[in-house]
Amino acid sequence: MTTYHTYDAVIVGAGGAGLRAALAASSRVKTCVISKLYPTRSHTGAAQGGMCAALGNVEEDYPEWHAFDTIKGGDYLVDQPAAILMCREAIDAVIELEHWGFPFNRTPDGKIDQRRFGGHTRNHGEAPVRRACYAADRTGHMILQTLYQQCIRNDVRFFNEFYVLDLILTDDRRCGGVIAYELATGEIHVFRSKSVLFATGGFGKIFKVTSNAHTLTGDGPAICYRRGLPLEDMEFFQFHPTGIYKMGILISEAVRGEGGILINSEGERFMERYAPTIKDLAPRDMVSRAIYQEIKEGRGIDGKDYVYLDVRHLDPEVIEKKIPDVTEFARIYLGVEPLREPVPIQPTAHYGMGGIPTNVDAQVVVGPEETPVPGLYSVGECACVSVHGANRLGTNSLLDIVVFGRRGGEHMAEYAQQADGPELPEHPERAAVEELRGLLQGPGTEFAADVRDELQEQMSDLCGIIRNEEGLSKLQGILGELHERYERVGVQDHGRGFNTELMEAVELGFLLDVSDTVVAAARTRDESRGGHYREDHPLREDDRWLVHSLSYRDEDGSVRMEYKDVVLGPYIPMERKY
Amino acid sequence: MWEEGPPREPGARPRAEAPAPGQIALSMRIRRYRPDIDREAWWQEATVNMEPSDRLLDALHQVKWYLDGSLALRRSCAHGVCGSDAMVINGRNALACKVLVRDVAPKVTIEPIRGLRVLKDLVVDMEPFFAGYRRILPFLINDEEPPERERRQSPAERERYDDTTKCILCAACTTSCPIFWGDDEYIGPAAIVNAHRFIFDSRDEGAAERLDVLADRTGVFRCRTVFNCTEACPRGIKVTKAIQEVKRAIMFDRL
Repeated sequence: MTTYHTYDAVIVGAGGAGLRAALAASSRVKTCVISKLYPTRSHTGAAQGGMCAALGNVEEDYPEWHAFDTIKGGDYLVDQPAAILMCREAIDAVIELEHWGFPFNRTPDGKIDQRRFGGHTRNHGEAPVRRACYAADRTGHMILQTLYQQCIRNDVRFFNEFYVLDLILTDDRRCGGVIAYELATGEIHVFRSKSVLFATGGFGKIFKVTSNAHTLTGDGPAICYRRGLPLEDMEFFQFHPTGIYKMGILISEAVRGEGGILINSEGERFMERYAPTIKDLAPRDMVSRAIYQEIKEGRGIDGKDYVYLDVRHLDPEVIEKKIPDVTEFARIYLGVEPLREPVPIQPTAHYGMGGIPTNVDAQVVVGPEETPVPGLYSVGECACVSVHGANRLGTNSLLDIVVFGRRGGEHMAEYAQQADGPELPEHPERAAVEELRGLLQGPGTEFAADVRDELQEQMSDLCGIIRNEEGLSKLQGILGELHERYERVGVQDHGRGFNTELMEAVELGFLLDVSDTVVAAARTRDESRGGHYREDHPLREDDRWLVHSLSYRDEDGSVRMEYKDVVLGPYIPMERKY
Repeated sequence: MWEEGPPREPGARPRAEAPAPGQIALSMRIRRYRPDIDREAWWQEATVNMEPSDRLLDALHQVKWYLDGSLALRRSCAHGVCGSDAMVINGRNALACKVLVRDVAPKVTIEPIRGLRVLKDLVVDMEPFFAGYRRILPFLINDEEPPERERRQSPAERERYDDTTKCILCAACTTSCPIFWGDDEYIGPAAIVNAHRFIFDSRDEGAAERLDVLADRTGVFRCRTVFNCTEACPRGIKVTKAIQEVKRAIMFDRL
């Protein structure tokens, strides 16, 4: 049975980006949010350290300094006008959240307090600056709660535990809506809509050790890619330096912002050698590579693949008030008392800089000319504006989702107000139903979990912090085999209600397709920049590679690459030193 | 896409290996109920080999991914911040991702949280829970025109409601409450916690409206200070204390 709905604006995903867009769109046009989770389960809630805006509440600061740091931190692959716009609008975005009740930590005179964060500096790199607005180490939790609270106040319509499986494009390549699967009943729903905004979050589950939730499987990007739309800059993936050893659970950069340091087996604060000016607060890609290098040179703790994060020298009250949650993570998951012992950490796959290409109004754009797909939008980690370039600075993801969430929600509402209802193709749900039928009735000689284990293992080994031609070409072969095995995956559960096994198998399909683009783009880019490090091509090469990659799916399933220029601005690319 | 008639009984995959050195063989008893095929709830027994430092959620995944795909549970972040995987673990409410194997080995019993209808296995109907949350007007109420910059709030004023901002709406507190089990009209601890978060926020002016909701017969005075909620809270919120503060506000302050 198929149920039909008609909306002006459909938002897919209920994290910060989706909720902020919903608040903007729902006051103007008939809007709904489709989420595969209850909204408050979204992974925005796991963000810890802060959201940067040059409020200047505790020391001198300007949006222009913030923009410079963002562009330099992104290794000059950032589209500069977009970053400048984001850093300007950051201030209003923070104030708006405060007016909606966000419980920011405060200065003694009652203003929003601010703290240091990686890569954020005073006057173009002089020293770390206090720019991150925060609520202890649960800033993302408070953003998610605050936005959800406002959605309740505004009576936003939610379809919770609905999985979006496909995007409907009309014959003239406009957005027509989405196909969704209702987890509770196993029913298919056709959402006919003038506009759709993908805010599905990240795809960190392509890797084995990751800070990402189990549900971060790249649904939005994979769906767009299958419908012939490009994905931008997929080779750039951020490994956060401080994940809990073996588990990948995030320990916020705020720990280093508050004075925590990294030490190797010799007790040396090794970041002094790699980034003499800002040391432990260098951008994440540099710190993660430094940890990799220390381990490779035998200075991992006990000769193993981890180093220590040390906060023993900090005031216990600072730890208790400003980083209580991550301290508790160390106690629970490692049995380590950070007040007395250093915490074992290793880099963890954290954030995809790439995604569905958009402009600053969150419109999905195709090709080097950036032609918008009418009615189609994307915001947040699943999108690529690009404000993060080759490496995102800490806190800028929370900023990205609220700034571009608002812009996208407003633009889609304006579009829907003037656009005609889309003419849908006949049986738009057919492809999605076929996909599910294949998984339910297929040979079932492979288990999704086995294929996923192999994918995550190989992606981590061959497409992680350090990459090379040999590994990437081998990995492309492995991905081919994994796609073949995926064809033979079947599910044991044939029940209709809460068939989470079926949805996990669908998500594995998304992960495989996203991995194809990550590996193809990483293999083609024979230079090193930001989060993409090729040991066989260790230098950044602006002459050849100051371009964004676009990955398209060809008919035969292979990835076709295309490139478009980076939009430069006032900042001339220079060597990135800290 | 779906077959006619009742779905097939899922086939299990044998995976009986001895635990590797350092691993623990964990015997799990899991409460199962699949409305499509089960006439009543039953216990599934499974043994999985785990690292002592693994989460109980990892053990449930071992069952789901490698033994019996039909096991249904909710989970997402896997480190205690999203609130998806509250369950009854050895008789007490907890998040499966915040309990380690070493804390429960060699045997563990896992059931769905109580007081909400079981939809399948460990998945319960959360709608009544969220309906209670919505009743207390969980958003900042202040009709004054806001200033151009932030509203001022002193660190002490901010501290006043800090504890209750931590709530992740996992329902561990509400579904540990014997009053809630016996009376599903009781609004429950989680809704009161979220009311507290706004009632004691110096920027909020909606206290009277919320206290009206909570003073009613489904509100705070049903609480008998059993403290189950405080013990169950995976975020360490002093839930019973928050409820007492709301009771006092109704009786004495009316803020």
